[in-house]
Amino acid sequence: MTQKNSSKPDMMASPSSPAPLELRHVTISFGGQTILRDLNLAVRAGETLVVIGESGCGKSVTLKLMTGLLSPTQGTVHWSGRDIKSMKLKELTRERLKIGYLFQGAALFDSMTVFENVAFGLRQNTSLSEKDVRQIVGERLGDVGLAASVCPKKPGELSGGMKKRVGLARALALMPDIMFYDEPTTGLDPVMSDVINELILQTRARRPVTSIVVTHDMTTVRKVADRVVMLYPLARLSPHDSQVVFEGTAEEAFASPDPRVSQFVRGEAGDRLREMAAA
Amino acid sequence: MDIRNSESMRSKGVLLPMAPVAQIAAPRRERWTPLHALGAGVLSFVDGLGDLTLFAYRIFTWLAGSLPRRGTLWPNLYEIGVCSLPVVLVTGTFIGMVLAVQSYDQFRLMHLESRLGAAITISLVNELGPVLAAVMLAGRVGSAMAAELGTMRVTEQIDALRVLGADPIHYLVVPRFLACVLLIPLLTVMADGVGILGGWWVSTQILGVDSHHYWFHTNNFVAPYNVFGGMFKSIFFGGLIAVIACHRGFHCGPGAEGVGRAATSSFVLSFLSILILDFFLGIIVLEGYYLLHSSVPSVTG
Repeated sequence: MTQKNSSKPDMMASPSSPAPLELRHVTISFGGQTILRDLNLAVRAGETLVVIGESGCGKSVTLKLMTGLLSPTQGTVHWSGRDIKSMKLKELTRERLKIGYLFQGAALFDSMTVFENVAFGLRQNTSLSEKDVRQIVGERLGDVGLAASVCPKKPGELSGGMKKRVGLARALALMPDIMFYDEPTTGLDPVMSDVINELILQTRARRPVTSIVVTHDMTTVRKVADRVVMLYPLARLSPHDSQVVFEGTAEEAFASPDPRVSQFVRGEAGDRLREMAAA
Repeated sequence: MDIRNSESMRSKGVLLPMAPVAQIAAPRRERWTPLHALGAGVLSFVDGLGDLTLFAYRIFTWLAGSLPRRGTLWPNLYEIGVCSLPVVLVTGTFIGMVLAVQSYDQFRLMHLESRLGAAITISLVNELGPVLAAVMLAGRVGSAMAAELGTMRVTEQIDALRVLGADPIHYLVVPRFLACVLLIPLLTVMADGVGILGGWWVSTQILGVDSHHYWFHTNNFVAPYNVFGGMFKSIFFGGLIAVIACHRGFHCGPGAEGVGRAATSSFVLSFLSILILDFFLGIIVLEGYYLLHSSVPSVTG
């Protein structure tokens, strides 16, 4: 396993081209509780953006807003400069096929086999012959280090690491331009976590993919990030503070003098326990 | 010491300035009166009803636009139709049998026991067959649908469908809706059939009613309109069960508790809705009968 991403391609968009994904002044609330407030975030073409932050700060919600799975209460989400609210359902569905999403728990369809899971997007959205579908499924499973023997298995028969890899193979089946990884290494042992990190790097090395990774895992941050954004929970901010408390490279995050950032990247509890008990 | 307000802690950089919790959290409820609670309840009901209506609208929009693939429809037809058959048959049989046992004494007092078949059959085809088949479907299939879709929601499988270019309403809900609507009339007819047979068996073999008179009066009293009226009602029950169960599943709360609540509320809501709808559909079916047979005065005037 390589320790450092030495093959990160330089695929930043030209200043004139619109960002493939952008959140503009986005606020989202659930049942009266605001999770994200006036968030501005643009993802550059070809980069790997890693979003970090403590549990409940809205990282996964940010991913779902970016993919159009959630609608903002206020503000707009733009794909290549276009507000997705202006897209019709058919167009939105078509545009969404440019996106691959590795869910936190893999989100494999329980009732389907591994093969059917990976083939789902191909069967749903293309007119490929069954022979071609089989070939692509085999290739994608091979890309994530899985043998064809897993094809007839149901998700319930797989380990956590295998589920994540099948989820990744499914996400990559339609050759997406943008990949989302929602806590890709959560719940995995260190070796399997590194396997997933390697797969993220390999995916990008094979073809130009813009990646957005949400994680708590600082090893993942060091290994895959071009740019790091740290979100902070609204409940711990004053009304006019920005929720993005850090933006920079992984190295800058680790060297940050901001106690909110340094405490998080070093994994130090500080006085948090006492603070939570008092709250 | 309230460390959230501790200036010393902030000065050390451990704590940050915070917004008052009340600014972020849910509205304060200290001054809520029963009137507020009633208002909130009414708003919540209207909101839920509106959401359910929009959900149903989306199902009908998809139905008008494109039918589901055979691969998604057949498993639902099997699960909802074939797998429900044993439960519906057993329920129908015993309802017919118990109707005979409970009615016999009253009919015997009036020396009308030979008309027992007519009473059992009309009760079954008009009311008990459609309602009991629907209740069985709500319990066996509706709860399972709510739990299955709820689990899919909790485990992000519904989001995964959307990301993979499949509309969850079209892929998951429309096949279930169609299977319920298409198969519940058949299940109702089967429940009616076995109920009539169960009633006949108890009446003639145990209670000693003459078999010829049993069928003679049944044939005279029960018209095909009654059977089709029951089937007509059951179509609405099937659609209602599918919409409520799928809606509950799609709006399931987090975790195992959320899935459990979705399954329970699906059954309770379906059950109540079936009974309420049955009242109104019963009037409509009766009015239809009076329209066709204009010599008979209408029950609603």
